[in-house]
Amino acid sequence: MSAQKMNALQAVNAALVQAMAEDDKVLVLGEDVADREGGGVTGATAGLSTRFGDDRVKSTPISEQAIIGAAIGAALSGYKPVAEIMLMNFTTVAMDMIFNHAAKLRFMSGGQSTVPITIRTLTGAGWQTAGQHADHLEGWFAHSAGIKVVAPSSPADYKGLLLSCIQDPDPCIFIESAGSLFIPGEVADDQGPIPLGKARIVQEGTDVTIVSWSSQIIRCQQALQPLAEAGISVELVDLRTVSPWDKEAVLASVAKTGRLLVAHEAVRSFGPGAEIASTVAEELFGQLKAPVRRLGAPYSPVPFAKVLEDAYIVSPERVVEAIKGLMV
Amino acid sequence: MAELSNAAALSPEVLVDIYRRMIRIERNDDAIRKTIRLGRLVMPYYSARGQEVIPSAISSLLNADDKICTIYRGIHDMVAKDMPLRPLWAEIAGRVDGTCKGKGGPMHLTHPETGVMVTTGIVGSSMPIANGLAWAAKLDGSKRVTVAYFGDGASNIGAFHESLNLASVWKLPVIFVCQNNGFAEHTRYENGTSVDFIAKRAIGYGMPGHTVDGNDPLAMYTAAHEAITRARDGEGPTLLECKTFRFLGHVLGDDDKYMTKEEKAAAIEKDPLPAFKAWLIAQGHATEATLAALQAEIEAEIEDAQEFGLASPPPSLDELRRDVFAQEIAA
Repeated sequence: MSAQKMNALQAVNAALVQAMAEDDKVLVLGEDVADREGGGVTGATAGLSTRFGDDRVKSTPISEQAIIGAAIGAALSGYKPVAEIMLMNFTTVAMDMIFNHAAKLRFMSGGQSTVPITIRTLTGAGWQTAGQHADHLEGWFAHSAGIKVVAPSSPADYKGLLLSCIQDPDPCIFIESAGSLFIPGEVADDQGPIPLGKARIVQEGTDVTIVSWSSQIIRCQQALQPLAEAGISVELVDLRTVSPWDKEAVLASVAKTGRLLVAHEAVRSFGPGAEIASTVAEELFGQLKAPVRRLGAPYSPVPFAKVLEDAYIVSPERVVEAIKGLMV
Repeated sequence: MAELSNAAALSPEVLVDIYRRMIRIERNDDAIRKTIRLGRLVMPYYSARGQEVIPSAISSLLNADDKICTIYRGIHDMVAKDMPLRPLWAEIAGRVDGTCKGKGGPMHLTHPETGVMVTTGIVGSSMPIANGLAWAAKLDGSKRVTVAYFGDGASNIGAFHESLNLASVWKLPVIFVCQNNGFAEHTRYENGTSVDFIAKRAIGYGMPGHTVDGNDPLAMYTAAHEAITRARDGEGPTLLECKTFRFLGHVLGDDDKYMTKEEKAAAIEKDPLPAFKAWLIAQGHATEATLAALQAEIEAEIEDAQEFGLASPPPSLDELRRDVFAQEIAA
C-alpha cells in the first residue's frame, strides 16, 4: 500500500474525512470549522462542510460551553461528535461541561449514558503566544476520571489515534501540539485506527529510557544523536496516550534499562511525569540504577519574550544533560 | 383560575391528567420528606413543593420519546415525565436497583427510557446539553423536542446565555423552562437578577419569551402548547419563565431566614394543588370520588416504590471501577 508525506494538520483532516465517510453519525462542530468560515483557523477541517454538508459540520459562535454541551447532547442521542476547542487554554471556559458532565455521565448514570465525544484542541509553546494560548494541560484532564487523554507526535499517529478517539465509546481529548504540527511524515493511505493506551517505542536502547509524548518527542528525538555519540544507548518511548497510560510498556522498558527520564512540555510541578515516575519507583525500586528524573516546564505561565520562552521549553540540550546526569 | 380561550382543546381527560401528575409529585415529595425525617433515607433534598404545575402541564404535552434535562431540584420534573417510581426510590436510597445503580443519587438521576437524559447538580448546566439533544432530534429528522428545566438563579450563569444564543442561531427544537421561584439559593430574585422579568432576556437572543403564572395549570398549558408546537414545527426555541414559589426553602432543613413569614404564608395559601382540585370538581371535570380514587392509587404506587427502593441492596464495591469507562478499569 502506498503512503503519502503529510503534516499533522493534513493527517487530522484525512482522519476526519475517513471517519465522516465511514459513519454518518460522526459530526464536526467548533468555531470557524465550516468552509464558509475558512475550514478552521488552521485549515484542519477544510473541505468537510462542502463534502458532508452544513448539518454535519457546524460552525459555532465563540461559546465553548455551548459547543461541548451540544456535543454531549448529540452523543447521548447516538452521534459521535468531534468538537474543536480552538486552543487548549479555551477548554477552561468549558470545564464544567467537560469535567462534570462528559467525563462523569457514564459513571453517574450507572452505565446508561455514553458520551462518545472527541475534543480536538491545539496548544504548545514556541510561537510567542504567551500565557493564555500555549499551556499543556494534559495533567488536568488525566487527573479527571472518565476522560481519555491522547497526545500524538507524528502525522501517522495523528491520523490513527484520532480515528480511535472518534470510535471510542468514551470522551477523549485529542491534543494537537504546535511543535509537531508542521513536521511532515509518512502516512499510509490505509492508515487505520491506532489503539488508545498503547505506547510506541520510537528507538530501542539498553542504557536509559526516556518517556515522553506530544511535541516533546520531537525535542527528545533531537537529543538522540548527541547521546549516541556519547555512547549512551537510549530507549525512547512515545506514550501517545497520557491517560490511560501504557504502564506495561514503560515498566518493561525501565526493567530493561534501569534508568528513567520523563520529559514533558507541561509544567513539571504536579505534572503527569510525577505519576509515571512514582509508579516506576514503586514497582521497580530494587532494579533502578539511578533515581528517576523528570523534566518539564518551570512553575510559571508560558512567557512571551523569546529568551524566556526558549528557556521555558525543555530543549534537546537539557534532555542530553539530564541523561548524562543519570549515567554517572 | 382563568378559563382558556381555546378551552375546547382541553378535555377533562387532559385536565385530570395534569392533576394526576401534580398529585403524584406532591404525594411522592411528602413520602420522601417523611422517610428522611424517619432517618430511613439520608440525602440532601431540594423539595419542589409548590412547583408542581409547571412540569405537569408541560409533560401532558410531551411524548415518551421527548427529552428533558433537569437539575438537582428536579424530581418533580421526572415524576411528571412518568418516570417509574421504583427505580427512582432505589436511586435516592443509593441502592443497586436505582436508575443509576446508586451512583448518581437524588441530584443526578438518569432514566433515558422516559426521556430523563441528564439531571445536573451544577446550576445552569441543563441547557447546553439540552441543545445537543435537540440538535440530534433535528439531524434525525424527527419531531422530538427537548425541555431544559432550570431555576431563576441559572439565568445568570454564562451557560444560559451561550445556550439561548446557540439554540436561536441553529433553530433548535428546545424549550427553555425557567421555574422562577423567586430565590437563587438564599438570594432574593431582585438582588441577583438585572431584569424584572427573565422572559425579557429572550429578546436578546431573537426568540419568543413569555412570563407565565407557573401555578396556573391552564395558563401553563397554553404557553407550553405554543412553545412545544413551535419547536415541533421547526421554528426554533422558546424561553418560558414560569413564576412559582418553593414552599420548603432551598434545601430540606433550611430555616428560610431570607424570606418573610408573610410572603411564605401567602404563597402556601395559594397552593395550586387544592385550588386546582376544587376547580376541577366545581367545573364538573371530575368528581370528589374519582379524584380520591386517583390519589389512593398513586399512594399505593408510592408505598410500593418506597418499600422496593429501601429493600434493594447497596451496590457492590466493584461498581467503583465500573462505568468510569465503557471497559472496566483495573483499579
